[in-house]
Amino acid sequence: MNKSVFLGALTVAGLAAGAAAAATLDDIKARGNLNCGVNTGLVGFAAPDANGNWQGFDVAVCRAVAAAVLGDPQAVEFTPLTGKTRFTALASGEVDMLSRNTTWTLTRDVDLKNTFVGVNYYDGQGFIVPKELGVTSAKELAGATVCIQTGTTTELNLAEFFRVNNMDYEPVPIETNAEAQQQYLAGACDTYTTDASGLAATRASFENPGDHVILPEIISKEPLGPLVRHGDEEWSDIVRWTLNALIAAEELGVTSANVAEMASEPTNNPEINRMLGTEGNLGEMLGLDADWAVNAISAGGNYGELFEKHIGENTPIGLARGLNAQWTDGGLLYAPPFR
Amino acid sequence: MTALTEPPKESFRLSMLIYDTRYRSMTIQVVALIGFMLVAAWLINNTIVNLNALGKPVEFGFFTEPASYDINQKLIEYDNQDSHMRASFVGLLNTLLVAVLGCATATIVGVLVGVLRLSSNWLVSRIMAVYVEMFRNVPVLLWIVLAMAILIESLPRPSAFRGDEPDATMKVFDSVALTNRGVYIPEPLFTRSLGNIHLFGDSALRFDISIDLIVFLLILGGSIYAARRITAWANATQERTGERPRIWHINLAVLFLPTIALLAALGFHLGYPSLQGFNFQGGIHMRNSLIALWLALSLYTAAFIAEIVRGGILAISGGQTEAAAALGLRPRRITSLVVLPQALRVIIPPLISHYLNLTKNSSLAIAVGYMDITGTLGGITMNQTGRELECVLLLMLVYLTISLIISAVMNVYNNRVKLVER
Repeated sequence: MNKSVFLGALTVAGLAAGAAAAATLDDIKARGNLNCGVNTGLVGFAAPDANGNWQGFDVAVCRAVAAAVLGDPQAVEFTPLTGKTRFTALASGEVDMLSRNTTWTLTRDVDLKNTFVGVNYYDGQGFIVPKELGVTSAKELAGATVCIQTGTTTELNLAEFFRVNNMDYEPVPIETNAEAQQQYLAGACDTYTTDASGLAATRASFENPGDHVILPEIISKEPLGPLVRHGDEEWSDIVRWTLNALIAAEELGVTSANVAEMASEPTNNPEINRMLGTEGNLGEMLGLDADWAVNAISAGGNYGELFEKHIGENTPIGLARGLNAQWTDGGLLYAPPFR
Repeated sequence: MTALTEPPKESFRLSMLIYDTRYRSMTIQVVALIGFMLVAAWLINNTIVNLNALGKPVEFGFFTEPASYDINQKLIEYDNQDSHMRASFVGLLNTLLVAVLGCATATIVGVLVGVLRLSSNWLVSRIMAVYVEMFRNVPVLLWIVLAMAILIESLPRPSAFRGDEPDATMKVFDSVALTNRGVYIPEPLFTRSLGNIHLFGDSALRFDISIDLIVFLLILGGSIYAARRITAWANATQERTGERPRIWHINLAVLFLPTIALLAALGFHLGYPSLQGFNFQGGIHMRNSLIALWLALSLYTAAFIAEIVRGGILAISGGQTEAAAALGLRPRRITSLVVLPQALRVIIPPLISHYLNLTKNSSLAIAVGYMDITGTLGGITMNQTGRELECVLLLMLVYLTISLIISAVMNVYNNRVKLVER
């Protein structure tokens, strides 16, 4: 592994000058597919289904971008990345974008030279414990053994939470969500901590989800979103506005079912027209076709449809919209105007 | 008679560098060296320039900033507000711990298996052959993961020890707890401890050494030295008079009485682990990750060492064994007095490289979440700071240093056992 990281770092160096200048968009068009870094396996967000097709909420963002750029939501090459390998893979050009429930922090944005294009899920870190443990609050976890994915912000939040509350704990560092699940179910740790959405997704895959409870404390802010590397503003604009299009589509009532009809001729709402390309030239400004947003939305649906399909209340994961509702419904989702 | 004519003195000409076979090889080597250095310089320069262009210049300032993550197994005091350097030091000690434990165990098991594989007992030699082939031919990572999975899945949880009718009980007179979070064994404690020596003040490398341990080792060393002197005296007396004085009881007393007296003076007692809250408290906690890594690495390396030992023994001519048998030595004495001392000369050099392999293989620790230097410096620190190149360079430097030290130490030993040529 050492060697690959070192070579990776050298490759970063080698590619940097070229990659920074060259347009990612042209590379993708020439290649004919989008390279997207995703989670190694988190049901609901990014996991291969029984046929080996990647499915999930984060995966849907990749597909929407591929649809916007190439017109084909299937033209995506998925690279599963662990918490440790993700930024190196992005920086080295191995992937064009990362859609891997990654928390937006200042260090990652500024020091690691990434560009977060927005937030597709407002999350916070929580704890899951077996019901039989009899714990009802995270403040009762003094002395507990905690499974934690290494290379994540949750690792630092955990250290801070226990420090602030003056409690001891025993961290068990783990590489992937699957290993964490195995150790937690075997009782090698009392509790597993990660983003609350990840906990819900993990719990959904348990044999008896009812035997486990997610504690009420949310100990951090975890705005999760897709990101690209610094240095190619045209590309970051495309990913940013594709995400915005998905969010705005829900607000404007554009769904995968009616998008084709709405795009066939101008509607009464000028903003919908501008977004769907029947009015103005927003697509051209982005360097894309006029129907870029139509493709993105018909790939899987608008933000709300994706949420309901992959992680919503009717799925085994069963997440409520909560903070992730539209601003008109009291949530935090607020797409800037398409103008 | 003709006078011998001196060959004309040839002056050095530049073309001789190419056409004269005396100089040509030198020329080629110099040119190749310059070329190699240019390529190396270009690579390094390219890396630095491009990292600068990327806005990530090579710098090590991050090393003194707070690490802000926790490490479970720490041999020295560490807090998440300590620096990344301190965290790396904790990881380094964990690497060294598993390397030392692994090398020792691998040597013992390897020598035993190697000798037993040559046993005339068919069953024993076959079993050893199966062991060697099984461990040698499966990647060590799989053994590590397997050992970890077995420990986690088969041992009871700490909560199984709770209640009036617990599902699991502590072993060995209620002193050892085997749980799926590790093994808890009693720890030595002193009521009248002499305290610690603090080294390196407040720096990241600060280190405490227990004075109790130093005194204990000094006295034990002294006892062993005294016992050897007594044995030497007994040998000399036997040489002189033909009668060997009875010394075993004296030796026993010299070996044990001073240390027992010291332990009593320091108020030695054992601290037993007990179940408190979520986990066992007290005692020494040997985590599953350590045990899995240690077991897998030593059993894997022992299979190779066994083959080296077997090869070394087979390299000793059968005539020597027969000659020793003709002198009336029993098989065990033949092995320990005649065969093994000579076999060591063949065994030591490849053994060194297997010690190095074991130490480097310990970087697979991350597979089971053991916080060695690859897990701290090359894992969390690298990930949280985003300084890939710096961390990996440091990591390589650390492993290089450890390996060179092991080589140096083993070479000194090799020089002592190798055949002295006259």
